[in-house]
Parts: sequence; structure tokens; C-alpha cells
Amino acid sequence: MAQIFHHSANTFSRITIYGAVFAIAFLTWCFATLDRSGYETRQGEVREQPIPFSHVHHVADDGIDCRYCHTTVETSNTANIPPTKTCMNCHSEIWSTAPMLEPVRESFRSGTSISWTRVHDLPDYVYFNHSIHVNKGVGCETCHGRVDKMPLMYQQNSLQMQWCLDCHRNPERNVRPRSEVFTMGYQPPEDQEAMGRRLIAEYKIQDARTLTSCNTCHR
Amino acid sequence: MSEAHNPLNRETGQHHDRHQDEAAPQAPRKLDLPGVRALLEKSHGREYWRSLEDLAQTDAFQDLMHREFPRYASEWEDGDSRRNFIKLMGASLALAGLTACTRQPTELINPYVRQPEELVPGRPMFFATAMPLGAGSTGLLVESHEGRPTKVEGNPDHPATLGACDVYAQASVLGLYDPDRSQALSLEGEIRSWGAFLGAVQQAMTQQKAKRGAGLRILTETVTSPTLANQLKEMLAAFPSAKWHQWEPAGAHSSGAGARLAFGQPVNTIYDLRGADVIVSLDADFLSSGPGSLQYARQFSARRRVRGEQTGMNRLYMVEPMPTPTGTKADHRLPLRAGDVEQFAWSLAAALGADTGGRKGASTAADKWIAPVARDLQQHKGASLVIAGEQQSPAVHALAHSMNAALGNAGKTVLYTDPVEADPVDQVASLYDLVKDLDAGTVDLLLILGGNPAYNAPVELGFRDRLKKAALRVHLSLDEDETSELCHWHLPMSHYLETWSDCRAHDGVTTIMQPLIAPLYAGKSAHEVLTMLTGQLERTSYQIVKDYWATQHTGADFEAWWRKAVHDGVVPDTALRARSATPRTGWAASLTQSLTQSAPQSSHAQGLEVVFRPDPAVYDGRFTNNGWLQEWPRPITQLTWDNAAIFSPKTAQEKGVVTTDLVEIAYRGYKMRAPVFIQPGHADGSVTVHLGYGRTRAGHVGTRIGFNAYGMRTSTALWQDYGLDVRKAGSDYLLVSIQDYHALDTGRHTIEKADIAEYRKNPNVIHEDFESPPPGLTLYPGFKYDNYAWGMAIDLTACTGCGACVVACQAENNIAVVGKEEVHHGRHMHWLRVDSYYHGDIADPKIYNQPVPCMQCENAPCELVCPVQATSHSSEGLNDMVYNRCVGTRYCSNNCPYKVRRFNFFLYSDWNTPQLKLQRNPDVSVRSRGVMEKCTYCVQRINKAKIDAEREDRKVRDGEILTACQATCPTEAIIFGNINDPNSRVAGMKAEKTNYGLLADLNTRPRTTYLAALRNPNPEIEG
Repeated sequence: MAQIFHHSANTFSRITIYGAVFAIAFLTWCFATLDRSGYETRQGEVREQPIPFSHVHHVADDGIDCRYCHTTVETSNTANIPPTKTCMNCHSEIWSTAPMLEPVRESFRSGTSISWTRVHDLPDYVYFNHSIHVNKGVGCETCHGRVDKMPLMYQQNSLQMQWCLDCHRNPERNVRPRSEVFTMGYQPPEDQEAMGRRLIAEYKIQDARTLTSCNTCHR
Repeated sequence: MSEAHNPLNRETGQHHDRHQDEAAPQAPRKLDLPGVRALLEKSHGREYWRSLEDLAQTDAFQDLMHREFPRYASEWEDGDSRRNFIKLMGASLALAGLTACTRQPTELINPYVRQPEELVPGRPMFFATAMPLGAGSTGLLVESHEGRPTKVEGNPDHPATLGACDVYAQASVLGLYDPDRSQALSLEGEIRSWGAFLGAVQQAMTQQKAKRGAGLRILTETVTSPTLANQLKEMLAAFPSAKWHQWEPAGAHSSGAGARLAFGQPVNTIYDLRGADVIVSLDADFLSSGPGSLQYARQFSARRRVRGEQTGMNRLYMVEPMPTPTGTKADHRLPLRAGDVEQFAWSLAAALGADTGGRKGASTAADKWIAPVARDLQQHKGASLVIAGEQQSPAVHALAHSMNAALGNAGKTVLYTDPVEADPVDQVASLYDLVKDLDAGTVDLLLILGGNPAYNAPVELGFRDRLKKAALRVHLSLDEDETSELCHWHLPMSHYLETWSDCRAHDGVTTIMQPLIAPLYAGKSAHEVLTMLTGQLERTSYQIVKDYWATQHTGADFEAWWRKAVHDGVVPDTALRARSATPRTGWAASLTQSLTQSAPQSSHAQGLEVVFRPDPAVYDGRFTNNGWLQEWPRPITQLTWDNAAIFSPKTAQEKGVVTTDLVEIAYRGYKMRAPVFIQPGHADGSVTVHLGYGRTRAGHVGTRIGFNAYGMRTSTALWQDYGLDVRKAGSDYLLVSIQDYHALDTGRHTIEKADIAEYRKNPNVIHEDFESPPPGLTLYPGFKYDNYAWGMAIDLTACTGCGACVVACQAENNIAVVGKEEVHHGRHMHWLRVDSYYHGDIADPKIYNQPVPCMQCENAPCELVCPVQATSHSSEGLNDMVYNRCVGTRYCSNNCPYKVRRFNFFLYSDWNTPQLKLQRNPDVSVRSRGVMEKCTYCVQRINKAKIDAEREDRKVRDGEILTACQATCPTEAIIFGNINDPNSRVAGMKAEKTNYGLLADLNTRPRTTYLAALRNPNPEIEG
């Protein structure tokens, strides 16, 4: 009986078998890279909003404190997207006829919310709490970046678990004095880690084991 | 469930269930009862048993016990094979892998336009209100997340609630969002506007004006609302010939009649158990049902809190036909037919020298009790208490009044007040009166405000047909139910969480109810409908209630008074003052036959006794469409999704029936088919049936399940009577009791118990036969807890097994409802279960309740076997469960000796119905298919308290965190806290000598521990 397979089939099968390992590894790498990419995390992507609200203008130019609008950042899990009323506090007086602000006035007239697109969108199984971070000396800037330099809002960091854990494992690298939490462009001192350790003791920031317990963020 | 699925609705034919045939998670429960008895005689080594199947050691039970889920729980029965199941699961796993690489969908943020004052997004607010039910109410604090009520808790400032809560209130929040609630006003089934209704009704009212209301009839349930009562009074004043009738199927018929019998006037009876050393309950489930039970349970358990040297305990004697939570707490319990309870009461009263008109009861099984119980009571004059069950005859209530008077308890442990009801009429007479007028054709306009009389009126009235004799019928109700169907106008009613109103608790304490949310379906309250009738169109419930209270308030600043009363959930000075009431001499001699229950010559001569009781879950039928309550395992029977004819083992044996058989029960010419359930400890010669099932128009959840016991309930025997005939009519009904599911080996250390006398002699008595493994004996790495170490202790002496914790847990933790078939397969999702254990003879066992949440083991078997670390040890000792990591191997539940893990075999959570999404707790993940879940000690509450404390730079205070089960527990049996703090309540409990761990010999070192069940039996009584 004649051979069914040509002799070269041996080589072919070897290549396939060993190649499969590389192929799988390559595919895994592709997935992992995609998963960490800005495409996936939407890191750095400017999201379209009903009103082109500029943090540069409000924070840097006007010098409005974060907490004027994000009122509950120190007390609640959410920082609070301000109600239309907050916008109208000023914009009933200034720029009160600007066409760009018509959606704000319309919202105020009709009582319908302005539908903003969420920029920092954690998965629903993550229970993030703003108040505890702010109270323990994590600056707005640490996670949100230089908001005062963002004409349109985008997500500065990946917000992936690995990124969260970097800080939960080593909070001393990022904590700053409570007085500087709302500061934009804060310059950490050279001995940041030493100061961080001091602040950790002072603010009673919990140890890494507690901060990395699953239920700290997931429940 | 469709009609075709329910064999109870079929005339003939045997129900044949596929799962029973092939899968058989429970193999046929054919039990040889003499065999069981024989087993019991010789098996002295087995102290506890869970069920007759356990006792007989059937293969089916053994199989359930050795597995974490029933054998076929992981089979997908809709396809044809396991292979198919795996294939599909495989496909979905692959898809799940891919979805991890998709971007999150865009989410919108819709902030307020004008943010309400004091509202902090992300932080719940709590509002005080109350849930009225019958002649009582439960004072509540309702949790609201940005305007959505999600969870109710008891109002600690409400004297009748004291922070605890019952199952009905816990489940009421689901009732609010029930998508089956009627969503539109309708005229003979066609949607109409409120304007159209107004036109029609005002025309009718104009005619009535001319007739002074001669054709106007209003039918309500029991009314305690002062505002509604006032409105009705005004209405009757404006229409002097109109009449107001009341019908509450599970109302205070007997106690009202008993008070009239004993005192010649309506008198409300309330108890003060704080001073009661000896309590005799005549079929009164005062710890878990009826108005005031929350307060009574708290007072009762406070007198049984044995701690260290403090070993005082009250003593409870109980006679009852069907085991109740109160019965499980009794130091002496005797199953007696409901009719025999009255005979016992006569005999006991005679022995106590109370006024019985010289009458003595017939002989019952409790005769041996009479002398010692009477002696015990007499030794505690003024510190004893006799409580008559609401469902006992009026004579029993009058006898209880007589006995309490003879014992000098009046004014001490039993207090009399004016009635709580606005108009305490004889409701049967009231309904008869209405029927007479309906027959005479004089009813032009019948306004039914709440209630469902077409379903639950006494059967001999034929109310369904007679209702049609009213010319114009208007029905205001939450659902389009059996009565709405027969009325011209159906008006959607606002839920109690949607409206302003007021209500009174059992002791008269009044709550002004405030709405938590605007009506979801444009419903109106009874207040608003009544004002519509009088032509005041635009008055809202708020104005009506507030205006009424303005007339009641005498002080200066009404606005401030009103705000405080609404805020506190208690109107000051509304508790009824105790008054003196002495039974009329010679009441017993004047007793007419209708108020008592004659003793039959023998049980056989007159057939069996039928005992009607409100269902523990669906009550009188009003909660039939509530999935939480349907799936909630009833105390003791652990039945779900059904009612049953409940037999004692002996009676079942005599009738040749076993659990899951179908019987035809006949009584006074009324017949129906019912499934059989055998309950150890039920009285022989008696059959208990629960009301509230067999509804034909309840909604998607509750329609056509169970059988309608109202179909044989007559006004002359509202609660019990002799003359029931039983005939076997089929078998293999799918009756689901979860008693044997998630069973632990009863031969091991599950329940520890002792008599108080033994404990006083040797506080270590419960550890005598058992030595805990030394703490160091382990290969697991040790954990250090520098900060908090959470733990829980559950006092089995206090736990009544009422099951409120189970529903509270369900509400707090977004636990899904799975349905009867799924429960049958052992796939129910309750994180917390209340196990019942029996001890002793099957005719009269002692019953022990044991709530079993996750034990949060120190050496947790689940943690080590998870391949993806979805369950792991937290820094504070919790066994965290991370849903988003779980891949569903189920190794953890396989390795859990306590069987507390639950697996989402299917997509049980409702991800589509928009109303149900509103109910969810935003702080807890809603789990999807293929995910394991379990109790986490309400970690969302722990984290919230920790964050609040850290922000204020302090430690979490003891008692600051209440788990959902703990918060609702009427007896404070469940205590949670930081065991690292030696001064915490939980640490104190764990230091008790009675503290033990469940299956501690496994060296899992559970964080949840139990205090042994202690009883205080009378040494003069055997057993």
C-alpha cells in the first residue's frame, strides 16, 4: 500500500505542534495587550459631551475649587456631578445668552437632567469610594490627572485593577498632605516615600493587607 | 405556574412529575411509620433528627446529606443530557472569555436639576413610616437611595417595633415594585381615566345625596387609621343612611368577641412580658405572629438571656395543634387539637379557681399538666400570664381574662386598653348585614376600599355572586384581583410606601406614614378616593392627613409638632392608657354555644378536626404574589411555594397517606384537593390548612398555586371545627420542603442544649461530651488580626425560628428568587437558612431552630480549593467572595461542611424588569449565571461603617454595624461585632460557657458561633 502522507508531513506536523505553542502564546499576548490598551480602557480618549465643558477654563482660569461642583467628594462614595442649578448659579449672570450653554438653560427650564457621558467608568463590581481617598490624602490629581489642563475631559489613567493595586500596595508613593489634596500641579517633595510613610502613620492609613483584601473594593 | 401544572386544579387525573420519576433528588418518600417508631425506640445514640426521612435513614436523605447540592442540581433538565449542558456551558464560557475584551458600554450620568436639600448622592437616607397590617402596624425606617426605597428596618424609636421587623414588612418593599400591581384604572376591564371615574361616581353620589345615602355601602378591612376613620365618620354624617362594613379575614374576630363576652365591651388586651415568670400560651403564637409580636418577642427573650452568673429564665407552657415558632421556644409543649385547647383552658381555669360557671373541660391529653401548671401559676401570682391565641374561640379568650384576673396579673403582665380599631365591630355580623342589603337589592353603590372579599369572605355567603347585586361596584386595591374582576370600577391603590396616611400599633401608638416615592402607577389612597366621593377633587393624602392632625393638635406650634411626629415615626402620647377591666361575674354561665367549641365525644365519631390558620408567608392571601415570601421557607415545615394539609405522623398513618400524596378533604359539603405534609409534633386527629393560596387572579407569581382553604371556611367556624373527612386522591405532588436540603449530619455536633438546672449545676455542661481541637492544630497559615476581627454569635435560646432574618438578608443582598421547580432541585439562593432539628418522640418532639449563615471559618475549607482565588481570607477574617472572579467550578461549595454556599445555576436575577431594578441595593453586586455566592456578614455595611469611622478618625463602635439579619431579629438572637474588642457584645457572648462552634470538631474554627439552647422545664412535668 502506498504511503498516504508524503515524507514532508513529518516536518509539517512538527512545525504545527511546536508552532501551536508559539501561536497560543502570541494570541495570548495579543489579547493581553489589547486588554491593557487605551482602546479597551478608553484611557486618554476624549468623550463627547452635550456641552463642551472645559475644566481648564473653570479650574485653571477661574480658580474654582473642585468642591464647588463636586460637593460630596469628601462625604460620599460619589463625588457628585453637579446639578444644573450649580451651573446656573453663575451662568444666569454671565454668558447667560451664550448659544453653547443653551442645553444648561433648557435643562433648568424643563427640569430634565443634562445627560453627561461618564468618563471615569469603573466596572459595576467595583465599589469605589471618593471620600475615603480624599480624606486619606490621595489627591484628585493622582487619579484624574491635571484636570486643570484638560479642555475636554478624558481619563488619565487606565483605572484597571493593577493600577489600583499599585497604590493600594504602596500608598506611600502617592499620599500627600490633606491640605494639598485639591491642589493641581502639586510638586511632591524629594523624600516622597519618607513623607508618605509619615502620612500613613498620621492619617492611620491601613496596611497593604487590608487595602488589598478583596472586599475593600468588591462585594 | 400555569393551570395545567397544578394538579390541585384538576378534577381527575394523577399528577405525574418528570423530575420525580427520573432525577428524584428526593427518592419517593414512602415511609413506613411503624418502622420509624421502631427506629426511634432503639436509636438512643441519635439525639437529633431533621425529618422523618432522616430518622428512617432513607437512601434519599443520606444522598442529600452527603452532597452539597442535591444530586441532579447541576443537570439541565430541559435538554436531554449532561453533555448538552456542558456543550452549552462551554459555548457560553468561550463567549464570556471574549466579552472580557469588549469595551464597557457608554454610561450616562443624569444629575439632578435641583438637588434636594440634605440629599447626598451615594448615601442612603432613612425615613420613618409604618406598615399597617390588620389591627396593628410595624414602625419602620425605610432606606432610600436617591428616592428609591430599597430596604426596610424596624424603627428603634417605635415602642411596638423596637428596631425589629417581621417578614411581611421586610418583603413589602418587593410588593411595592411588583410589576403585576395594577397599573391603570379600569371600567369593566377597559382602561379609563380618573376623570371618567369621577364623573361616574359623582353622578351616583348625587343620587345618594337625595336618598341620604340609603344605597351607599362602604366595605373596608379593619381600620386603625385615625384619619380614615374620621373621614368615614364624616361621610356617614353626611349620608346618615349609608353604612360602613368591615371584613378582615384574619382579623381579631375571636379576641374581640372574647372581650365582649368577658367584659361586656370591646377591650384591647396587651401583654407586658417583662414581669412574667410563668407564661401559659393557649395556642397563641405571640412571638412571631399577630400585632405586638415584635415587642413581645423582645420582652420574652430578654427574660431568657442566660449569661454567666445570671441564670434567671421565665417558663413557657404551650398547647397548640400545629408547631409554631412560639411552640419551639416552649419549655413544655403539648400538641393538642385546637378544640382540645379550649377544654384544657376550661380545666385549667377551674383548677385556678377562676370563674368558669362551675364548668370543667373535657378530658384531653393535657390533663396531666393541669395540676403542675396551675401550681406553677399560683406560685407566681402577679408575675404569670395566660395568653389566648387569636384563632381560639371567644370562650378561650374570656377564660384567659378570667385566669389572669384570678392570678392578679391584670395591670401587671396583662394590660387592658380601649380598642385600637376605629370601630371594633363584629365583622362577621357586619358582613352578614351587607349581604342582607345586597340580597334586598338596596345597594346602589358599593365602595370596597382595600381587601379582597370575593376571595376571602366566608364561603357560605357566596359573596362572589351576591356582590353582583350591587348596582355600581367600585374596588380600590393594589392588584386587579378576584374582587376587581367582579366590580365595575377597579381603582389602583397606592402602596403604603407611596402615600401619606396614619396607622396604629397594637398598643395604640400612632405613626404618621410618609411616602418614600411618588406612586409608581398613578394609584390613589383610600383617603383620596373618599374625598373624591364628596367632590373635593384636588385634596391629596398629604393635605387630608395633615388637616386631620391639625384638628387633633392642641399645642401652639403645629408645624413643628407635625415635622417632629413625621420625622420620629411616632406621634407622641398616642399609646393607649391602661384601664381597669374585670370580667363580669357569671359570664361563663351566660355563654352561648356559638362562642365556644363543643368537645366531640371522640375524634372518630366526628371526623378529623380542620384548623384554618393564616399562612406564615402569604398571610390571608394578600402577599401571594410576593416572590420573596413564596420562596421563604415557612418556619418549621420549611415548605415553599405551597400550602398543604398538615397531618401528624399518626393521623397520616391512619389515613394511609404520606407527604406529597394528594388528598380530597371534605367538610360540611365543601370539597377540595390538597397535598399532604406530615409534620412531627402536630396534634393527632387534626389537620391544619393555611389560608391565602389557590388564588385565581394574583399575578404572575401567585396565581393558581396551592389550594384555596377559604373554599371551606365558614363564618361559624372561622378557625377550627370537627367534621373533616379525608380521602386519598393521588400521589407524587411536587411539594417542596427544603428541610432535608443542605442537611448536616445530625449525628454530629449541630445542636447543643441543656436544661437551666443542669447549667446552673455545671456551666460547662454542653462541652462535657465533646472536646474542641486545640487551636494550634492546623497546617493552615495563621492569620493575625491587628485591627478588627469580625464575628457573630447566635443565641439559640433566643432564636424563635421566625425566619425574618432570611427575608431581610434577601432584601439587603439582592438575592434572587428561583421558583418552585428550582427550589425542588435544591437551587434556592437564600444565604441564610434556619434549620429545624427535632429531638425525641415523633409525636411530640422538642424543636430547635438554628440560623445558619456563612461561618466565616478561620481555617476555611472553601478558600484553599478555589483555583482562581475568588474566595479568600480578608484581613479582618471574612471569607471574601469575589463574584467577578468566580468561574463557577463549585469546588468551594463542594468543600464547605456547612453547605452555606449558593450557586447561580441559571440566570436567576431579573435583569430586565425595570421596576425590580429599582429595588436593588446599589451597594451589592447583582450576580449573574455561573457565579457562586454566599453570606459576607453584609460586608457593604461593614465597609460603610469603617469608612465613616475612619473619616472621623475613630474606631468603629460596637453596635455601629448591624448585619441585615441582626437588625431585623425580634429577639436580638444574632449579635455581630469585633471579636478583637473584649468589651464588644459579641466577644462577651463568645466568652460564655454555652458558646460552641457548629461542627467544631472539623477544626474549621468558625467565626459564627452559637450559644446553646437552654430550657427551663418544670421538674414536676415529665418530658
